[in-house]
Amino acid sequence: MLITCPYCGPRDLSEFTYQGDGNRTRPAPASQDLDAWNAYVYDRLNPAGDHNEIWQHSGGCRSHLRVVRNTLTHEISSVGFVRGDAHARKPGARK
Amino acid sequence: MAEYSALALVRNALNGNRDWKPAWRKPEPKASYDVIVIGGGGHGLATAYYLAKEHGVTNVAVVEKGWLGSGNVGRNTVTVRSNYLLPSNTRFYEHSMKMWEGLSHDLNYNVMFSQRGCLNLAHTPAQLDDYARRGNAMRHLGVDAELMTPSEIKRLMPAIDISAKARFPIFGGLMQPRAGTARHDAVAWGYARGADRRGVDIIENCEVTGFLREGERIVGVTTVRGDIRAKKVAVAVAGSTGRVMQMAGIERLPIESHVLQAFVTESLKPFLDTVVTFGMGHCYVNQSDKGGLVCGGDIDGYNSYAQRGNLPIVEDVMSEMLALFPGLGPVRVLRAWGGLCDMTMDGSPIITTGPLPGMYLNCGWCYGGFKATPASGWCFAHTIVRDEPHELNAAFTLDRFHHGILIDEKGQGATPRLH
Repeated sequence: MLITCPYCGPRDLSEFTYQGDGNRTRPAPASQDLDAWNAYVYDRLNPAGDHNEIWQHSGGCRSHLRVVRNTLTHEISSVGFVRGDAHARKPGARK
Repeated sequence: MAEYSALALVRNALNGNRDWKPAWRKPEPKASYDVIVIGGGGHGLATAYYLAKEHGVTNVAVVEKGWLGSGNVGRNTVTVRSNYLLPSNTRFYEHSMKMWEGLSHDLNYNVMFSQRGCLNLAHTPAQLDDYARRGNAMRHLGVDAELMTPSEIKRLMPAIDISAKARFPIFGGLMQPRAGTARHDAVAWGYARGADRRGVDIIENCEVTGFLREGERIVGVTTVRGDIRAKKVAVAVAGSTGRVMQMAGIERLPIESHVLQAFVTESLKPFLDTVVTFGMGHCYVNQSDKGGLVCGGDIDGYNSYAQRGNLPIVEDVMSEMLALFPGLGPVRVLRAWGGLCDMTMDGSPIITTGPLPGMYLNCGWCYGGFKATPASGWCFAHTIVRDEPHELNAAFTLDRFHHGILIDEKGQGATPRLH
């Protein structure tokens, strides 16, 4: 399986770390809604088909990536930065 | 008289093998049953068998989307052990171990259970201390466990590298002598025949497409072979739990489906008569009766329903096996395959009533479901009939995650790829 990192191009699976289900919403840090915290920590969508998930290119540029991958075929249909295009600046550019 | 016996062999040998009956019938589904078990794998078939045998509930259907044994019960690396640390796991798996010890006799079907021992290797003094702790916890609950020294290990498996110049030198190991291996297909076939002879309908090629409801209550299933109603519907579908539960409207569960690969090499002369695990990484090896080395390692580590994995794990497993047995270098791998693992958020299983009325759920076996087959079916049957768990599976609830009573053997937290 190859993942095409927006910075680094197509790289082998072994360079990436899987960070799981990207459909979860983290409650606000001050939230005392236990159900929302439990759901965030423990509950997963786990679909058979397209899965919205987070990977980190830990053996490369260390970017966090949002990947849509089919769990039946392992085919990847999109890769982007978790924080959107703001991170897609040219290397070396400042804020 | 037992259906399979030496006498039956002789009789059939003399009359041209005309008296053998099919091991199970191929019935058409009836309109309704007392219990439907979804999933004709080891756990589903064991559940049906113990429903009939222990509780006298024989108006039961097992519905299976493919053929019997087409899922994980035919895809695993056949290891049976009960060397757990936490009491709720140890008690459950030890109950399973005791059932394995009498299983061939109970089923009148040779499951080739071979108690050849399972050795976990330690590669640092700290790891050996940790194993001693686990061994003591096991012995405290009456389970067998022995620490072994490197020289004892070398006597047991002469091919192993115990030299100090090994990449990860071996400091010792924790042996469970009663652990071992079994013939996985025979387990499915034995339970299927045992259930069938007691009146259970085993319906293959019958994929469930949805659930029948009356209000909130589940009252049956829709299948590709028509609707089937039941007072109770039990789900034992391992890696497909997410898919099946979505049909019931349960979108999210504390489960991720992952792929676990396994490998078998070409046949070798007997040289390893124990199950051995590499402790500096994750790799387990045993030698089958045909001579092939059956081995595996970590799950691939990402959600998958594909029943096949990727190459990094292949490389991991092979390099770890070579670290243990350098002499295996020239040996070729014959086959590789993958199975779906229903990984829970704490690495421990779920056997429970619910989550909907009329429904019962058995899942979350991670990559260790094979050894649990007898106890899983036995406890699940009890849970279905009594509408409450047996003491042995009382801790394996679905809502334990939301109540903070996790059973996390390794203390990894809610990251399934690490369990």
